[in-house]
Amino acid sequence: MRISRRKFFKISAVTGAVSIIGKSKSTSVARNFSGRPDRLGVLTDSTRCVGCRTCEAACNEINKLPKPKIPFEDQSVFEKERRADSTYYTYVNRYPHPDKKGKWIYRKVQCNHCDEPACASACLVAALKKKPEGPVVWNEKICIGCRYCMTACPFYVPAFEYSNPYSPDIVKCTMCYDTRVSKGGIPACVEACPMEAMTFGKRSELIKVARKRIMEHTDKYVDHIYGENEAGGTCWLYISGVPFEELGFPTDVGTKPYPELTKGFLTMVPAVLVIWPALLGGFYMFTKHREQLIEEEEKTPEKKEDRK
Amino acid sequence: MSDHTEYAERPNVLNSWIRERLFLGLSIKEYLKSLITPFNVVAGIIILVGLPFMVMRFTQGLVAVTHASQDQPWSLFLSWGLFTGVPLAASGFIMATAVHVFEMKDYYPLVRPAILIGFLGYFFAVVFLLFDLGRPWRLPYPMVVSYGTSSVLFLVGWHVALYLSTQFVEFCPAIFEWLGANRLRRWALKVTVGATIFGVILSTLHQSALGALFLLAPGKLHPLWYSEFIPVFFFISSIFAGISMVIVVSMVTKRVLKNRIAPHHAANYDRLTIGLGRAAAFVLLTYFCMKWIGVAHGNHWDLLNTSWGLWFLVEIFVFVLLPCFLFTTGVLNRNAGLIQFTAILTILGIAVNRFNVSLIALNWKLPHREFFHWKELIIAISIITIEILAYRWIVNRMPVYREHPEYKEVHF
Ligand code: SF4
Ligand code: SF4
Repeated sequence: MRISRRKFFKISAVTGAVSIIGKSKSTSVARNFSGRPDRLGVLTDSTRCVGCRTCEAACNEINKLPKPKIPFEDQSVFEKERRADSTYYTYVNRYPHPDKKGKWIYRKVQCNHCDEPACASACLVAALKKKPEGPVVWNEKICIGCRYCMTACPFYVPAFEYSNPYSPDIVKCTMCYDTRVSKGGIPACVEACPMEAMTFGKRSELIKVARKRIMEHTDKYVDHIYGENEAGGTCWLYISGVPFEELGFPTDVGTKPYPELTKGFLTMVPAVLVIWPALLGGFYMFTKHREQLIEEEEKTPEKKEDRK
Repeated sequence: MSDHTEYAERPNVLNSWIRERLFLGLSIKEYLKSLITPFNVVAGIIILVGLPFMVMRFTQGLVAVTHASQDQPWSLFLSWGLFTGVPLAASGFIMATAVHVFEMKDYYPLVRPAILIGFLGYFFAVVFLLFDLGRPWRLPYPMVVSYGTSSVLFLVGWHVALYLSTQFVEFCPAIFEWLGANRLRRWALKVTVGATIFGVILSTLHQSALGALFLLAPGKLHPLWYSEFIPVFFFISSIFAGISMVIVVSMVTKRVLKNRIAPHHAANYDRLTIGLGRAAAFVLLTYFCMKWIGVAHGNHWDLLNTSWGLWFLVEIFVFVLLPCFLFTTGVLNRNAGLIQFTAILTILGIAVNRFNVSLIALNWKLPHREFFHWKELIIAISIITIEILAYRWIVNRMPVYREHPEYKEVHF
């Protein structure tokens, strides 16, 4: 099983080229950002939220989700800190006020519709996509159910229908993209909130609104807009009266867009495809050459004698 | 008519062909009888126990056999089947490179076993994947339907698929020798070399890509394991994982399936084992140093003084430095037994590392965590049992550890 040197190079060249062509697409992740400058978003003001869960009920209805075990009026759900689940898109959790005893603060949780979503950059079939209008939506026609998006999402948002053997879905908030926003409407939860705790609009405008509220009521808000830069920026923004870690917000997500984390690796791929065959070819030639020398020496014993 | 007689003989020829190829030269009755051994009975029981759980998985969904965690979506199926299975299957590309590219011809007898281990390793990684995917029948989607080109998993998917086929091609000569298909064999031998080179490139990339998957989890993976170098760690460690796997599997094969190994090879094994041990020691040392560079780069010295830090130190002292030391001792004393023992320790170490990255140290901040469900473990054990049976079935029939009598000359 020997290969001639020429053949070796032929093979390496061909395999290298094939791999480069095959892979060149995967390296063009320069920027994953497909949102428009005037993309939409929601600003949640947690100082206004009273934990009535009207938003949850509205979401349940518009998305035709299963009836919850604990009815929406029942405050006992707050006894446990809820996490993502495949039966709802959004949930409200309750936290004790860090300074004022007996006072509760509420946090509404749903997909943050990142500007450069970790989930979308993780999906190997591009089932998750950032729409130009802002929402990040999931396509049930192509998802294979690998759940890498769940591992990747820094906010623990996507949930999976583990109990469905035949067509388990990835379940997460869509910002009512199909039902309302793409038709010019506003998300159901935002509309339903009796306290106007949420504002829907252009993200750029929302940041201005948030900043204004913080400036005007410095005693009421902490000076931070969660989502302005978190994980590279999200379309869902939050302002709060207490530090965000008190409300269970992940504070370890950094400000770097997540797709950048794997960009370095993916751009290295073509280099490996070129360098490896060359390097291995070099080694192969070296060993071959050495062997030839040895063989030649063995074949010409008289010369050996001479040298002695 | 001569035609006629030939025709009449045919069923006999076919019978003996089947008997030789499939039933090890025994009649069906004898063969079935020979199957009743303690090992087979145990294996059979394990698979029978696993079967109902496998059925549950596909009829009731993943919830029936896993913890169905929304926070920790990957568990045993992937931690074992993919993240541990793939580096252990690196044996194929390592031995093929050593022999075909670096011309280390002494190791020739180990190339086919290594490729077989590699092929089965990848094949069963895909089997595990099928158990884990929500919609397993969509497995080919990333190849034919929709391309998530910004995803590292897309790269992994393509490469595993390509490499699985590559290894199949590399193993084809053995299959054709077994079937006695001369012309096909010659054709397969020709492409083997190209396949080897293609395989090296693919392996480098997807072994490291498996690590790169976790680059997207900086807040979730404990900082002692999260590192920009994680792709490099994964690649380097796959090298000693593959080497150890060759050492262990050929040792077990030599003990259990003695008659399937050519005698002159058997005599040679200790020498080859020592050579492999030397290589493994060297790579382990490199890896050990790299791991510290990783800690220094992230400046995580303070974290070493926590319980996670202790676990990290256990991983790299007990499962990296100790094997490195033991391999070296084994090489210096020419003690093949010690090297074989150390290879087992190294394999264990790889499992510890991959489980740490993909399961244990992932989501370390979450208060309530479950690692995996016992039902998942039962399914995994059954699949591994099937894998071992498949390995034995092949080694018993095809020229893996010996030359086929008809192709002896051509081989060396
Ligand atoms: S919050 Fe998570 S699921 Fe939502 S867009 Fe961002 S990464 Fe995706
Ligand atoms: S589970 Fe579906 S949406 Fe999520 S990464 Fe996998 S294929 Fe994409």
